[in-house]
Amino acid sequence: MHDNAIKLRVFRKGPGDKGPGRYDEFKVPLEEGMSVLDAVNYAVENLDSTISVRWNCKAAHCGSCAAEVNNYPRLMCKTRIEDLGPVVTVHPMGAFPLVKDLVTDLSGNFEIDGKIKEFRPKEGLGEPWIMHDIDVGRAQEFRKCIECFLCMDVCHVVRDHGTKYVGPRRVIKAAALDMHPMDTIDRSVSLTKDGGLGLCNVTKCCQEVCPEHISITDNAIIPEKERAADKLYDPVLMLVDKLKALGKGEEDGTKKNE
Amino acid sequence: MEYDSHECDVLVIGAGGAGMRAAIAALDKGCSVIMLSKSVLGKAHTVMAEGGIAASVANVDSGDDWKTHFRDTIVEGCYIGNWRMAEILAKEAPGAVYELERFGALFDRTTEGKIMQRAFGGHTFKRLCHVGDRTGLEIIRTLEDKILHRNAKVFDETVATSLAKDGDRVVGAIGFHMRTGRFAAFSAKSTVIATGGLGRIYKVTSNSWEGTGDGIALAFKAGAELSDMEMMQFHPTGMVWPPAVRGLLVTEGVRGEGGILYNSKNERFMLKYSPEKKELDARDIVARSIYYEIQKGNGTEHGGVYLDIAYKGREFIMKKLPGMYEQFKEFSGVDITKDRMEVAPTTHYFMGGIRADPESCATTVDGLYAAGESASGLHGANRLGGNSLADILIFGRRAGEHASEHAKGIAAHHISRTDVEREAGRIMRYLDGHPDAKSPYLLTDRLREAMQRHMGIIRDGEGIRKGLGIIKGIKSELIGVGVKGIMDFNQGLIECIALEHMTVLAECMMASALEREESRGAHARSDFPKKRQEWKVNIICVNRGGKVSLSHSKVPEPPMELAEIIGEERYA
Repeated sequence: MHDNAIKLRVFRKGPGDKGPGRYDEFKVPLEEGMSVLDAVNYAVENLDSTISVRWNCKAAHCGSCAAEVNNYPRLMCKTRIEDLGPVVTVHPMGAFPLVKDLVTDLSGNFEIDGKIKEFRPKEGLGEPWIMHDIDVGRAQEFRKCIECFLCMDVCHVVRDHGTKYVGPRRVIKAAALDMHPMDTIDRSVSLTKDGGLGLCNVTKCCQEVCPEHISITDNAIIPEKERAADKLYDPVLMLVDKLKALGKGEEDGTKKNE
Repeated sequence: MEYDSHECDVLVIGAGGAGMRAAIAALDKGCSVIMLSKSVLGKAHTVMAEGGIAASVANVDSGDDWKTHFRDTIVEGCYIGNWRMAEILAKEAPGAVYELERFGALFDRTTEGKIMQRAFGGHTFKRLCHVGDRTGLEIIRTLEDKILHRNAKVFDETVATSLAKDGDRVVGAIGFHMRTGRFAAFSAKSTVIATGGLGRIYKVTSNSWEGTGDGIALAFKAGAELSDMEMMQFHPTGMVWPPAVRGLLVTEGVRGEGGILYNSKNERFMLKYSPEKKELDARDIVARSIYYEIQKGNGTEHGGVYLDIAYKGREFIMKKLPGMYEQFKEFSGVDITKDRMEVAPTTHYFMGGIRADPESCATTVDGLYAAGESASGLHGANRLGGNSLADILIFGRRAGEHASEHAKGIAAHHISRTDVEREAGRIMRYLDGHPDAKSPYLLTDRLREAMQRHMGIIRDGEGIRKGLGIIKGIKSELIGVGVKGIMDFNQGLIECIALEHMTVLAECMMASALEREESRGAHARSDFPKKRQEWKVNIICVNRGGKVSLSHSKVPEPPMELAEIIGEERYA
């Protein structure tokens, strides 16, 4: 196989570098089953050890090696070279601040995470808990998420509005908790009011790139939007709340949600 | 030099299951906590755990109880596991599982709505509580969410490069943040090591990038005793094809759910090696059986054996093993609902590590605690699948609690500027830019090759001695190792540091393997093929001025009522 080689183009930009950055080219010999991550690591280990790249499990279980490969958001470990052309271009995820080369700063994601109300089970539940697969399964779909943040990377709302929209990853996180059979909190209103869920115009780009094939838009975003609409815009409830608010002189007329 | 200075009661190094559980326990005790993670938060190797967590909740097999779990753990660990650790594990595992559920984890269910359990090698009953084949991910996400809602300082992509000491006491760690390249001192009253294993010391491994034994090496350098360093578990089933994914784990859950092993002659060879337990015998036995079949020339085209689950049907596989379906489809183009998998043993789990007290997880150095894969003692000579996920929760919590108790009784010690600058100087030497600096990747390759060849499934004295020679050679070349670039996110620099650790650990592993002149559990020697009574000991490694010093420690005898559960060990 070693008579075959590809041209690997790797984005380079250091912390102090001004300007748009550049692409360095490497000739990488092909091996059967080689992934884009293998190719990048070949370059790091043999040609230029100063390339910064983040990876971990190499098995599509951890979600560390997300990048834009030939302009498409993918996990590098799961993208096979033979499915691409003779030229492979690797660029870091554009939705996050750049650290160096292919590495971006994901810490903002965890700050948002801390703001989504954590699991709060019903009180006085006897143990062991009885739950059924059919109910558990709905939340389990979202708990498959490996936090690669490709859904955030591809999301044009995140790119255009920044932190005004929490983004698809955070919506499925909230949905996983909301759909937990024993949970007692509704997060749809706070997702809408504080998390900008209304900005999402359901183009489904996020679920298209999800390496875990989670139906992000269909099964999480749309149901959360619907639930929030019920709470916020149900005309009867709105009237009741308005009257209540008038009575109390409050500006915010919605039901108290956490 | 500018650097960051942090202080806390309890410093946790490592952010897998054990580290996170330790951090939560310390927060619960009212301590200030700093947790360091070499990877991005939530990417630790725990996410790779697939099959489940062992706990005798007896939802599927009503006959199960803690005594049976205890016996399985000691017997399959070939009697050199610590009885008290095994007792704690067996008794506390059900509570740990229910606690996880209270934290928000969602396990698969039985038809009555209880937590589902599956069969696994060496476990008498169906005991592994699971979430399809991604149980570890569920545990990590559940604990991660707890941490994010608590008042812990988490520094991810932060590497601890040495432990700081004040006299004989560990008082925190010094390291640097990968994203900024900035050095930092983490002064702490107690320090918990929870950095996981060292599978990447081998060429073929199921382990992640980070599995280079950092914490074990740091503890060793700080004077802590290590034990059972010869005990490396080879998981029977890793992928073999294509070469790029060689070693990737194929969960034992496949065999737990009925998967059958065949050689290239279509013989179900486990009937010959283990007529009773067959595919579900302990990992050391199944791994060696596969190895022998391949050696005999009964291997497949790519040097493995076949594992068949297709006969169970598509619907069953998609429900029970969706991750495996995906893994084979994506990486090797095999549809496991139709075709057989090709598998061979892969380096998987380290039973050895830092010697820790069963009750408190205290190491032999004051102020230093260890839990999870980086600690040793529980699994003896062979770990049962599913016991490690119980281990990290139970002993992670204990380490966190006892580290907190320790912290309450003492005054803080501030790591000095001199210590930080000395350590920073030592690390930055790797970036000196000598034109003839040796590549850490080349030396690491040589080290991995030596481990693979001389410290594999079957070893012998002559081979191990050769291996030791190679390691000593590498050790002498370490001084000339270096890489180009800056401190910021420099993978090459991390590789230099990992190489340092792996060289120390490889020497301990080889010295211990050479010492143990018998075959027991994962340690099999062709020149000493029998298990021998006089070797019912744990081999201890300690650092004596840069040299590995070995001693034997008799395995503690359990009290009468527990000894009766286990029964006498048999020698052929």
